[in-house]
Amino acid sequence: MTAVRRFLSSGWLAAYAFLYVVFLYLPVIFLPIFSINTAATPKFPLSGFTLHWYEDLPRTPALLDAAWNSLIVGVSAAILSTVLGILAARSITRYRYPGRRTINGLIMAPLVLPEVIVAISMLLVMLQLGLSLSLFTVVLGHVLVCIPYSMTVLTSGFEGFDRSLEEASSDLGESAFGTFRRVTLPMVAPAIISSLLVCFTISLDEFIIAFFLTGTEATLPIYIWGQLRFAAKLPGVLALGTLLLVASFLLMTVAEILRRRATRRTQNEGGLYA
Amino acid sequence: MPEQPQVERQEDRSRPERAMIEIRSVTRSYGAFKALDDASLTIREGEFFSLLGPSGCGKTTLLRMIAGFDNPTSGSISVGGQPMEGIPANRRPTNMVFQSYAIFPHLNVEQNVAYGLKRLKLQGGEEKRRVEEALAQVSLTGLGKRLATELSGGQRQRVALARALVMRPKVLLLDEPLSALDKKLREQMQVELRRLQQAVGITFVLVTHDQYEALAMSDRIAVMFGGRIAQVASPKEIYQRPVNRQVADFLGGMNFVKAEIVEENGASLVVDTLGFGRVKTDKPKAFVRNGGGATLGIRPERLRVLWDNATAKFEVAGKVVERHYFGEITHLIVEIPGLEKPLSVTETNDFGADDIPVGTSIRLAYDPEALVAMAD
Repeated sequence: MTAVRRFLSSGWLAAYAFLYVVFLYLPVIFLPIFSINTAATPKFPLSGFTLHWYEDLPRTPALLDAAWNSLIVGVSAAILSTVLGILAARSITRYRYPGRRTINGLIMAPLVLPEVIVAISMLLVMLQLGLSLSLFTVVLGHVLVCIPYSMTVLTSGFEGFDRSLEEASSDLGESAFGTFRRVTLPMVAPAIISSLLVCFTISLDEFIIAFFLTGTEATLPIYIWGQLRFAAKLPGVLALGTLLLVASFLLMTVAEILRRRATRRTQNEGGLYA
Repeated sequence: MPEQPQVERQEDRSRPERAMIEIRSVTRSYGAFKALDDASLTIREGEFFSLLGPSGCGKTTLLRMIAGFDNPTSGSISVGGQPMEGIPANRRPTNMVFQSYAIFPHLNVEQNVAYGLKRLKLQGGEEKRRVEEALAQVSLTGLGKRLATELSGGQRQRVALARALVMRPKVLLLDEPLSALDKKLREQMQVELRRLQQAVGITFVLVTHDQYEALAMSDRIAVMFGGRIAQVASPKEIYQRPVNRQVADFLGGMNFVKAEIVEENGASLVVDTLGFGRVKTDKPKAFVRNGGGATLGIRPERLRVLWDNATAKFEVAGKVVERHYFGEITHLIVEIPGLEKPLSVTETNDFGADDIPVGTSIRLAYDPEALVAMAD
């Protein structure tokens, strides 16, 4: 016991934490660094600064197509999984019924299932159903992996939503629709937007399911994977990767801020009894 | 000195009392369980009325049916002479203060109070004037821009009150409004609520499980048990003349003594008891004789310790077996020969009741007026 405490207080803990963070983020830091290097091979020492690789990106039609595909898939998957997530989260936070926890667990399961297995199973099902592989099948696959995230964000937003708020609105003369517009929606809107952003980001970065379920149309991660075969294209991929990284980071930050705001809104009423 | 808000008197007290809420044989069943069982009640215009009872007695169910959040399985409710059947909550002339207050957390105090007024589309600053007036009524002037999250429990309660009062309802419904407050604030709000009700003259219907709250604030109280209304009367009558043992017990301490009915006529009852001898008492209105037995009750504070050689016209003698000190008062448990249960006596400490040693023989004085007969 004292040995552990001495170890913790001796600065070893700080060193461990530092190494841990370096191991996690160092590779990520290399991405933007090499993306502005003039040399085509990612090697130290750096040879010079350039934005050349970024300027090339909009001049690559295949990349623009992939970006457009990713956007379509991301937006569709985000909207679909958020709508389904709203229904499920509302039911799980609002009502008590047998099997509620089991259902919740089943919805969350894709989080821990091996993604490659999920992708192969979905491919088999899609083909059995006679669906031809397209962006549509990718959207279906992405909805499956997005719903657990959507549910997590939405349940934390809906949980503790005091029913008497809706009753109070009705008591003060507001109609059912007015109550939804003036009370329910403003209170859960941050959670809904947060869920949309999270799902979009996940779909944007997702590779395995998209790889198995898409036909001829590539999404951004698939495009990147394809480019890796050509050594000369690597700096362009790094530039694109950097942009994706920044976009994901920003979207997730906004989503998290909104989720926390939603949680605070619905739950401060409950704090009264504490 | 801030200017006091001008309060419109909505009711003239000299007028004969008129019914505001009529509840006729209302039953609310959930499957085989009856949350409310054939309840009938008239609540008068401008009165502060309390529904008092333990949890699960049906008081909240009844309040929610008046508000329109629930519907009777059978029976009818009318408010202001208008039957409420089929009228949804948003079109009833009632407003409610919720137990959780239900303050809209995404709006500030002013927006909360103005919430219901927005639909009325009032002209020329009328909305702002009414919001200001309502905030003044609950002493929240100047806090209009605060967010609900920045308010204390007591302040939230006032916002909930202002938000309901600003609608100028015919009836204000209060669902355990003070239960989330600490004791001191609760007592202060009791006084304020009563004062506010007197000022605005609106009919208040309060749901509470706290007998002191009901006694302190109400004009009349309905005591409820198991979905049924046991007694409807003024606080004083409920406390002094409870209709049965259950009501007596719920409203504070009561000594129960077995009695035999000797004589029963229109207004009075003569009973024989072991400790108190033959007693003639007023017959309670709802007294229904059940065999030859009855119960005689006396509140612990209506028994007084007789000091030294003092005598009283009516007294009983006994021995102190327990003493409990409560600061301003002392509870004595006194064994009386012949009574199966010892009497509980509450005595103020001005004369040293807190120093009476256990085992002392004492005499207790009582007023026969304080004895109340109850059906078994």
